[in-house]
Amino acid sequence: MAKKNNNIFKASWTYDEAPESTDHIQIKKQYELYIDGEFTKPVKNNYFDTINPSNGKKIASIAEASSEDVDKAVKAARKAFKGWAALTGKERGKYIFRIARLIQERAREFAVIESLDGGKPIRESRDIDIPLAANHFFYYAGWADKLEYAFPNRNPKPLGVVGQIIPWNFPLLMAAWKLAPALATGNTVVLKPAETTSLTALKLAEIIHESGIPKGVVNIVTGAGETGASIVNNPDVNKIAFTGSTGVGKYIQKATAGTNKKLTLELGGKGANIIFEDAAIDQAVEGIVNAIFFNQGHVCCAGSRLFVQESVADLVIEKLKRRMETLIVGDPLDKNTDIGAINSKKQLQTIENYIKIGINEGGEIYQPTCEFPKQGNWCAPTLFLNVSQSHRIVQEEIFGPVLAVQTFRTIDEVIEKANNTPYGLSAGVWTEKGSKIFHLTQKLNAGVVWGNTFNKFDATSPFGGYKESGFGREGGLHGLKPYVKFE
Amino acid sequence: MSRLDINKTYKLYIGGKFPRTESGRYYTINNSSGNLIANMCLASRKDFRNAVVIARKAQNSWANATALNKGQILYRIAEILEGRKEQFILELITQGEARKVAQKEVETAIDRLVYYAGWSDKYQQLFSAVNPVSSSHFNFSNLEPVGVVSIIAPEEQSLLGLVSVIAPAIVGGNTVVVLASESKPLTSISFAEVLNSSDVPGGVVNILTGNKAELVSHMASHMDVNAIVYCGKDENELKEISELASNNVKRTIFYKKSNWENKLCESPYFIEKTQEVKTTWHPTEI
Repeated sequence: MAKKNNNIFKASWTYDEAPESTDHIQIKKQYELYIDGEFTKPVKNNYFDTINPSNGKKIASIAEASSEDVDKAVKAARKAFKGWAALTGKERGKYIFRIARLIQERAREFAVIESLDGGKPIRESRDIDIPLAANHFFYYAGWADKLEYAFPNRNPKPLGVVGQIIPWNFPLLMAAWKLAPALATGNTVVLKPAETTSLTALKLAEIIHESGIPKGVVNIVTGAGETGASIVNNPDVNKIAFTGSTGVGKYIQKATAGTNKKLTLELGGKGANIIFEDAAIDQAVEGIVNAIFFNQGHVCCAGSRLFVQESVADLVIEKLKRRMETLIVGDPLDKNTDIGAINSKKQLQTIENYIKIGINEGGEIYQPTCEFPKQGNWCAPTLFLNVSQSHRIVQEEIFGPVLAVQTFRTIDEVIEKANNTPYGLSAGVWTEKGSKIFHLTQKLNAGVVWGNTFNKFDATSPFGGYKESGFGREGGLHGLKPYVKFE
Repeated sequence: MSRLDINKTYKLYIGGKFPRTESGRYYTINNSSGNLIANMCLASRKDFRNAVVIARKAQNSWANATALNKGQILYRIAEILEGRKEQFILELITQGEARKVAQKEVETAIDRLVYYAGWSDKYQQLFSAVNPVSSSHFNFSNLEPVGVVSIIAPEEQSLLGLVSVIAPAIVGGNTVVVLASESKPLTSISFAEVLNSSDVPGGVVNILTGNKAELVSHMASHMDVNAIVYCGKDENELKEISELASNNVKRTIFYKKSNWENKLCESPYFIEKTQEVKTTWHPTEI
């Protein structure tokens, strides 16, 4: 891809293309459902295309599961539950360890497919998504035979059949977040990946099959919203674990009312990223970039609201603009790429619509000059200056590389502004003064607070939201609890 | 001429004050032989909303009170209740309990407060974690209160049930708006008097009396309430609460048990139910 050298930076600093090879990747023309240990054709024989968002080309056909298919999967999971739950924790753990190892062995293949199918930069899928997914299986595998230590003085039991619905922004990682703790605690699972990014979940099905785990313990059904609704409404499902938008989360909470289904929700966010005048400014600028442009901003905990202390605002914004000029938007498989393709046409439209709203509401837009490939879904990294609390781009989750910048003068003021949304998933604080960090981290209503860093994740570390960002935690010891009941 | 009794007017407890209900309505409580025991306030939606505003205002400073301080205050409640034991036993008897049962209930309620007083500076250590992440960060998770909790107290065991649901919520730094037992509300307002003389800051616990069917939907749908605790088994109410709670992704906590004397009804896991887990990251590289 040609890059226009229209500023000093780009004139003196350009990179040769460094595309990751796709030679060793095997992608079938058509993918079936994974039910009861078999790759099964959907009852209604419907398939949909999965598209490469960086060039609009079809990658493969994916089976669309109807409610009949979901029923079959739930029945298989029910049948498998007794045996899986009765297995000793030690043995259960060994299967999960084995899955972790198999992911590691095929890490490169997974990374390339993740970038092909989802549009994220290969650097991120290779260094973050895939290793973290493997780590989650490793971490929870080790809990399987130690559950009595996780919940002192209680007797944890699995819930039964768990329905899990995951989003398109971190396809394999979300599958790992969901599957690993559910399996470690002795539940059986019906998992549905997002319709635009099913491939790595189906590859994971192959690995799970290869691991020799008993039939029916893991079932993977593909499809869109209707397939998800079939899982939510299936009367024989004991728990729903959902990651996705707050709107759908509310619908699920309502739909499961009056049933005995347990529920955990990981929903949207509008994270505040706060830069104080005494922060290490260059590091903070890197932090801002990482907070909002990581994974094209398709991150529920993205730092999409930037608060800069007034005394350093001009400096920070100038440096941020300069840094944004150097961001490379383009081919997800190029190792130099910082910002890949927007996951789908639909999502691109949503983002573009928000950008229009921002302009119409009087926000001052800034985008660096970038030239995009001819095909595919692309969005330049975008700043909005001169916005206030009431602007829609400040209040609503955009799920794209769009940052709304506000300034503040005092600590109390920024705390109030930062907490002024229905969401409560993440926040960032940048200052070199330790006491200020701890003051802020105590005051911010968010499930994850990053001090002098942003968008860090780990298998051992609980993640989840306050308020309308959902309930329940994933990761760490706290991620086990939503998958057990006590007598 | 014999002395005329002074009948007590039972009121609501909101923000450390005892206002009459905004509605100007009341309902009557009769004993088993049908004689009037008392007139109680029939709290309105407006009373509930007022209580939420006050609970929200009180929440931050209550959450920031030290664990030691919160524990001391809970213990103080137990002390005052102990001092007024006889009054509560009599009220429970008036509401239809046998003396022995009433005495057991009051004593268990006192002990339960002491139990949670002791947890105030310990549950955090039990449920928090330092997470051994594989990058160079210092990373820990600790508990924080969800915020404002609306509570529909158990109908039976009106004192013990009330104490058993209030104590774990407030010891964790939440503020609460409680709807007392509808059929046995006497002890709830008397308990408010205990709270009021126990250094519990105004607004931390707000107690309403009234009609459950009338108030339950408001307690579940209020957009500035973070969690709802419901004690009871009415399937229709459970469903209604869950549906309305989805409007702001409210946490729902359901207790279907009916014997609050049971040892299982006191546990640090009750505290944990109205807590959020906050995870904080900081780099350790220089």
